[in-house]
Amino acid sequence: MRRTAICTAALLAASAATAEPVEPTSVSYGEYGAVETSLSGNPGDPDRGREVFSTKSMGNCVSCHQVSGLDVPFQGEVGPMLDFVGEYRTPAELRGIVANAKNTFPETVMPSFYKTTGFIRPGDGFTGKAAEEPLPPLLSAQEIEDLVAFLMTLKDT
Amino acid sequence: PALAGGADDDTLVVNGEIEMTTKADAPDHLEGALDQVISGWHFRSDETQQLQTDDFENQGMIFVDAAYDAWNTVEGTEEKSCASCHDSPEDSMEGVRAVYPKWNEEAGEVRTLAQQINACRTERMGAEPYGYTSGEMANMEALISVQSRGMPMNVAIDGPVRETWEQGKEMYYTRYGQLELACASCHEQNYGNYIRADHLSQGQTNGFPVYRLKNAKLNTTHARFKGCVRDTRAETFQPGSPEFVALELYVASRGNGLSVEAPSVRN
Ligand code: HEC
Ligand code: HEC
Ligand code: HEC
Repeated sequence: MRRTAICTAALLAASAATAEPVEPTSVSYGEYGAVETSLSGNPGDPDRGREVFSTKSMGNCVSCHQVSGLDVPFQGEVGPMLDFVGEYRTPAELRGIVANAKNTFPETVMPSFYKTTGFIRPGDGFTGKAAEEPLPPLLSAQEIEDLVAFLMTLKDT
Repeated sequence: PALAGGADDDTLVVNGEIEMTTKADAPDHLEGALDQVISGWHFRSDETQQLQTDDFENQGMIFVDAAYDAWNTVEGTEEKSCASCHDSPEDSMEGVRAVYPKWNEEAGEVRTLAQQINACRTERMGAEPYGYTSGEMANMEALISVQSRGMPMNVAIDGPVRETWEQGKEMYYTRYGQLELACASCHEQNYGNYIRADHLSQGQTNGFPVYRLKNAKLNTTHARFKGCVRDTRAETFQPGSPEFVALELYVASRGNGLSVEAPSVRN
């Protein structure tokens, strides 16, 4: 019996690791915008998440948010400071906020990082030229999982 | 808005004599949106601010001098210069910048200062129009603007311009591009806050054309608008397009009461 259980767990983990990412248009948001399951099917890597958070060409979250522990100059103040966000938010909530914050905070200025359609005059990156929808999402499913893992490390310990 | 780095309390006097109104009660049409309108000057560093207090330090004034030459240069099939019809800019252009964009009765359209300059060039001089955001245009706009320095912006929003003004207002609150940001997201909801290293102002146009340390030349209103729209990962509008004319009228009207500062200095 015990052996079977371990085998099933191993199998599940193996199948999860090769899962297809959830398409941006198929994400299932809860009533308050949370997303329960991993978008990539894989766990996130907090170190990569820190890089996505801090890098201009990636999440560029630092343009609006401050995190004290980061060695990044000129962190912005358009959004709240996130030093302890891992204390009071669940992974599901954070995943939903990063994927499409408007489901959690209607009208927020925070961009939707896993959204591909429904824009007004969508452009091709920062070229100023027109682009056809669907656009590539601002972040990949795995990058969002990495961010969630990073944000969960932001605790008062 | 305005957490850490809101507008400062400095005052702007140019050449020790022109006292600028850099903060004013918001015009009535902004009720519910803003109480006070604030010049972009207040959001710049002390060093940058200083450069605007003296025409010998303000590099933008070099371009005003260049425009004096253009003002007096005969061009086009009619063999005329601006001076042929308008004498000196000091005599003919005082107060003009403060009321633009404005309705042109003869043409039956809202005109920006740039459009009026080009209308004179093409229709009255038989000359080539300046490129809408070109250096020649920015310089000429600056020469005309200097004649109104210190005068309050006073753009009309009623009567024949109303429809255009409404169009501009709608654009101001439209969340363009993949980042879904409106002018208001940054310049109304978040002025005073830093977005990365940039200290957000109210995005007023009373200082335009502005001399930017970044590119060491005068920059036009529509070039700035284009940059801001592009930064939302949107398809921009063309400088001089009906959309940007409408937006300019609306944004200019948000600054009614602030002094004309052009050419102002920005980073
Ligand atoms: C243009 C500004 C902007 C950018 C860029 C931005 N955010 Fe936000 N974010 C906000 C604002 C504003 C809020 C507050 C929500 C509201 O509008 O009420 C917020 C809220 C949040 C929250 C919820 C905080 C809480 O206390 O519950 C998290 C988590 C978050 N952002 C993470 C991110 C991450 C991760 C990125 C980058 C991938 C990012 N943000 C990029 C503006 C931004
Ligand atoms: C042949 C005559 C003529 C020449 C040359 C001329 N203009 Fe004009 N300009 C006019 C007339 C007439 C008006 C007013 C009628 C109108 O609004 O079209 C005018 C109006 C203007 C106005 C608007 C003033 C206001 O109160 O609204 C500006 C600005 C202006 N001209 C700039 C220039 C510049 C700059 C040049 C040279 C590049 C120039 N003009 C050349 C005849 C001329
Ligand atoms: C993502 C944020 C953002 C958005 C959205 C945005 N801007 Fe800006 N804008 C800036 C920044 C940053 C600056 C430079 C610092 C400052 O003056 O605010 C700026 C500067 C300006 C200035 C120059 C102000 C001065 O005094 O030099 C104007 C005018 C302006 N913006 C107008 C607009 C208009 C109109 C829109 C909408 C079409 C817009 N902006 C949208 C970020 C933004």
